[in-house]
Amino acid sequence: MTMLPGPTPKKLGLAIDLDTCVGCNACVTACKGWNDQGYGAALSDQKPYGAEPSGTFLNRVHSYEVQPADAPAQIVNFPRSCLHCEDAPCVTVCPTGASYKRAEDGIVLVNEDTCIGCGLCAWACPYGARELDQAAGVMKKCTLCVDRIYNDNLPEEDRQPACVRTCPTGARHFGDFADPESTVSRLSAARGGMALMPDLGTRPVNRYLPPRPKAPAEASPLAPLLDIRATGLAGWLDRLLGSR
Amino acid sequence: MSQPAADLSPAVSDEVRRTTCYMCACRCGINVHLKSGKVSYIEGNRDHPVNRGVLCAKGASGIMQVTAPSRLRAPLRRVGPRGSGAFEEISWDEALETAVSWMKPLRETAPEKLAFFTGRDQSQSLTGWWAQAFGTPNYAAHGGFCSVNMAAGGIYTIGGAFWEFGQPDWEHTKLFVMFGVAEDHDSNPIKIGIGKLKARGARVVGVNPIRTGYNAVADDWYGITPGTDGLLILSLIHCLFEAGKIDLDYLAQWTNAPLLVNATEGPEKGLILKNAESQPFVIDRRTGAPAPWDGKGVEPDLGATWQGHRTVFQHMAERYLSPDYAPEAVAGRCGIPAARIRGLAAELAHAAFVQAFTLPQPWTDFRGNRHEGMTGRPVSFHAMRGISAHSNGFQTARALHLLQIVLGAVEVPGGYRLKPPYPKPVEAHPTPHFVTVPGKPLSGPHLGYVRGPEQLALKEDGSPARIDKAFTWENPFSAHGLMHMLIPNAHAGDPYRIDTLFLYMANMAWNSSMNTAKVMEMLTDKGPDGEYIIPRIIYSDAYASEMVAYADLILPDTTYLERHDCISLLDRPISEPDAAGDSIRWPVVEPDRDVRGFQSVLLDLGARLGLAPMVREDGAPKFRDYADYIVNHIRRPGVGPLIGWRGEDGTAEGRGPANPDQLQRYIDNGGFYQAHVPEEARYMKPWNAAYQDWAVATSFYETPQPYLFSVWSEPMRRFQLAAEGHGPVQPPDHLRARLMQAMDPLPLWYPPFGDAAAEGYPVHALTQRPMDMYHSWGSQNAWLRQIRGTNFLYLPTKIWQAQGFEEGDYARVSSPNGEIVVPVAHMAALNENTVWTWNAIGKRKGAWALADDAPEATTGFLLNHLIPELLPGQEGGARLSNSDPVTGQAAWFDLRVRIERVGPRDHAEPAFAPVPHVVPTGKDRA
Repeated sequence: MTMLPGPTPKKLGLAIDLDTCVGCNACVTACKGWNDQGYGAALSDQKPYGAEPSGTFLNRVHSYEVQPADAPAQIVNFPRSCLHCEDAPCVTVCPTGASYKRAEDGIVLVNEDTCIGCGLCAWACPYGARELDQAAGVMKKCTLCVDRIYNDNLPEEDRQPACVRTCPTGARHFGDFADPESTVSRLSAARGGMALMPDLGTRPVNRYLPPRPKAPAEASPLAPLLDIRATGLAGWLDRLLGSR
Repeated sequence: MSQPAADLSPAVSDEVRRTTCYMCACRCGINVHLKSGKVSYIEGNRDHPVNRGVLCAKGASGIMQVTAPSRLRAPLRRVGPRGSGAFEEISWDEALETAVSWMKPLRETAPEKLAFFTGRDQSQSLTGWWAQAFGTPNYAAHGGFCSVNMAAGGIYTIGGAFWEFGQPDWEHTKLFVMFGVAEDHDSNPIKIGIGKLKARGARVVGVNPIRTGYNAVADDWYGITPGTDGLLILSLIHCLFEAGKIDLDYLAQWTNAPLLVNATEGPEKGLILKNAESQPFVIDRRTGAPAPWDGKGVEPDLGATWQGHRTVFQHMAERYLSPDYAPEAVAGRCGIPAARIRGLAAELAHAAFVQAFTLPQPWTDFRGNRHEGMTGRPVSFHAMRGISAHSNGFQTARALHLLQIVLGAVEVPGGYRLKPPYPKPVEAHPTPHFVTVPGKPLSGPHLGYVRGPEQLALKEDGSPARIDKAFTWENPFSAHGLMHMLIPNAHAGDPYRIDTLFLYMANMAWNSSMNTAKVMEMLTDKGPDGEYIIPRIIYSDAYASEMVAYADLILPDTTYLERHDCISLLDRPISEPDAAGDSIRWPVVEPDRDVRGFQSVLLDLGARLGLAPMVREDGAPKFRDYADYIVNHIRRPGVGPLIGWRGEDGTAEGRGPANPDQLQRYIDNGGFYQAHVPEEARYMKPWNAAYQDWAVATSFYETPQPYLFSVWSEPMRRFQLAAEGHGPVQPPDHLRARLMQAMDPLPLWYPPFGDAAAEGYPVHALTQRPMDMYHSWGSQNAWLRQIRGTNFLYLPTKIWQAQGFEEGDYARVSSPNGEIVVPVAHMAALNENTVWTWNAIGKRKGAWALADDAPEATTGFLLNHLIPELLPGQEGGARLSNSDPVTGQAAWFDLRVRIERVGPRDHAEPAFAPVPHVVPTGKDRA
């Protein structure tokens, strides 16, 4: 049993815009690429050229089909990674203290030195956000690129998670949800940012901005200049060009 | 409470090398991080004009490509039967001498017997130049089976096109409409643009049978029936004409709408009327009298009739006001209710005219008229292969440009903007060159833009000069060639037999051919003499693709991180509307195999063959390698492959002598160069004097080339005249009716040719390329294949329910050409008469270093087997390709099929025997 730190002065997380995400998977491989050589053990791949390749990913995109009652079906692309919950059940369930929530910024991390790979945290996480690396035998999860966002070796503008930096549509935003003036807080307020499965009481930090309603335009139909059948082409031309 | 200490500031890498991505054709800038000399991480280059720091799923996975087990390792020579996979490794010297021993006699006797086609080549200004020096007429890249309709339809209409030729004015547009855009072209720029529009609440509309990707985020979706986009577009034009919501000033000033169409019966009928000086003219509204088309202060009268000759505009009105194009008349065929069509027309008109604005940018047009501002029309379009890969695709692309034109939305603020070296009229492009003389180079470039029948690539007896029959009556404007017909024509000996097939980067034995199973047979077929009908095949690729197994000689290429490349203004540059741009690749890591960049190999071959531009006077090679060529090749005086840092001191832009330090300057700048368009020249480029002068200075033209948009296409009308019997160069009788229809000088719609043979095949079948895969390349990538290692045929609800499909089922999919049995899945966000799958996920067993039981090779599949390369049932055995009749673009999407449930299976059919492993199967990740 591991303790949560209590309220953190910063609540770092992601605001992910489902109105803009085209499901391109750029965030998936940027994350894989950075974290394969970043925090902790590499993200291994098993039988990568075989029948059932499988590897560790900290972020995956799922596409869901939605069928509204009165409109054509839609596809919603849904990137999924750790939500850095305030009441993170993956932390409290950890028997060794390896899974922890940082007191200063709320990022949920795994200390791989003390992780025994028991998998309890993955079981406790209702979001399926943790993956046990098959080669390293330790639990892997989104670190919010903790080794980028404070990294003095990176230019200031690059101190953001790899998934955010790479997102071609700009659908991913990183910031401090404890600061109501931050970009992510304002976006979330403006667009009705949603916590995932709030009834579970995990209090996720990340927010999803829901797709805007899709609808035909409200432009009024165009009015014909005149009855072309009655006036013929000449009448139409006169009407159109005569006033010029 | 203590918490573990994490290292928050680790060193990122030893070194960052900035080059250009090649995980697809997008050509983004990348930062390649190296640790201990090995690639450790790849991210987008923030300074780069194409991607501004972002990078797609493919680009970030490049690290898995540069270590892929599918990489070829050394030159190979076939030692067993073709296709058996029996190869032996040979030295480069032996490989090159073998190639020379095959090619040299051809050059000296019959250069056309070498057919050199280069697939997804990004060095066409080199490869075309090489083929020209060799003297064969048989050269092209992959555009014929990609999107030549899109390119040619645009060039013949607005002097530019969609994709890399231009882009919406992302900063100003308020309504963006995509037609047939799959999820790749133009990969990151489109995504960046959509993101910008979404961020400021602009509206995005998708017209596509399939609602994935960009269409999934569109604010509104029109699930159109495949092949009817042109009909929808012309109906929108009908609505706009009917309501008078058209930009009359724009049409009068910048298009040929006010020019007069010759009404005199005879060989000039339908051409633009010319005066005694052979110049077109307009009727000036101020005087009612003829006036020069380019005269200062002239006010062209769109409605004029002069001596019985009517304006192009009158012809437009007559056609598009016809009830044939009323929404109610087209709704059923398009699968879009009439009210929805009227709604879209109203939306377009609202954006163009109600939301119009003025950019306070003074400018001077080519007539000498000064304007105080620029009228903005914040409506823009993008379109890609979905509309172009049909046999009516050229006319559909033209129709879409016509829609943009009547809205006054091309090259204006808020509309569609061209990228230098475009705009460029047809007249500024070369015409095709094809006459062969043994031992001599071709007199000019192979590919070009035909203005009339006299420029067709025909021999004196009227037979095709080219093996792919490009620039013939079957497809007069085939500006990119017809690579998809190369192997079928060579096999059929129609129009003639060839000796050596020389291919680069094109998987013609698999996903890049129509009727793939048949093409594989053609590659191994022998004649009565026991010799292969296609005697010799040389292939260059970096990876063990399906095509490799069919080659006689393999020249292994490097990966994109191990080579020099040149993304040139002479070819397909990386320009933006506000800047001309070009870029390079350079070896950020050294190959660990006995492989060489194909472009260097080509220069070596050229020198060994003694091709004049590749040897010095003493016979020694003129260029050390491709890098040397990039710097020192001079195409025209002062003009070379790269425009940046020219001149001995590196200060010249566009024109100037070679600079020995040029490549280093590019490397220091992140691998690219941009020449910025002056502020006054940013819009209205075809008519903007400031732009024209800048374009000359920057080397795109030798003199200013202002022009009018071709609403009425005179080159097309010339082909109709020939079909009517006029002129000395006459088409064969069996093509006259087809030419009359296809070469209509005003955009029109006709049903896709596939419909004619489609009785009993009621369903449209399409492919889309995923955003995370490029052609067949992705499957060899350890990360990308985990994202998309299987494909399903997606069935709409109507078909799914009617046949009681269940999860895990397979379906038999039949076309007039054959059948396949494939796994299916349900998808509701789909046109109800359309099925589709991801492109090129299916692989042949044994290829790409994948295990034989890899899902790509067991349940993965291609639709290609269902698609014939020839139109069925031609009179007298004529072999007409399954292509657009104007450009020869492969009509992939004309496919019609029948679907039958077969229940659960465990593999797709046809299941081909494995191709022998040219490289060992991959095991673990590098």
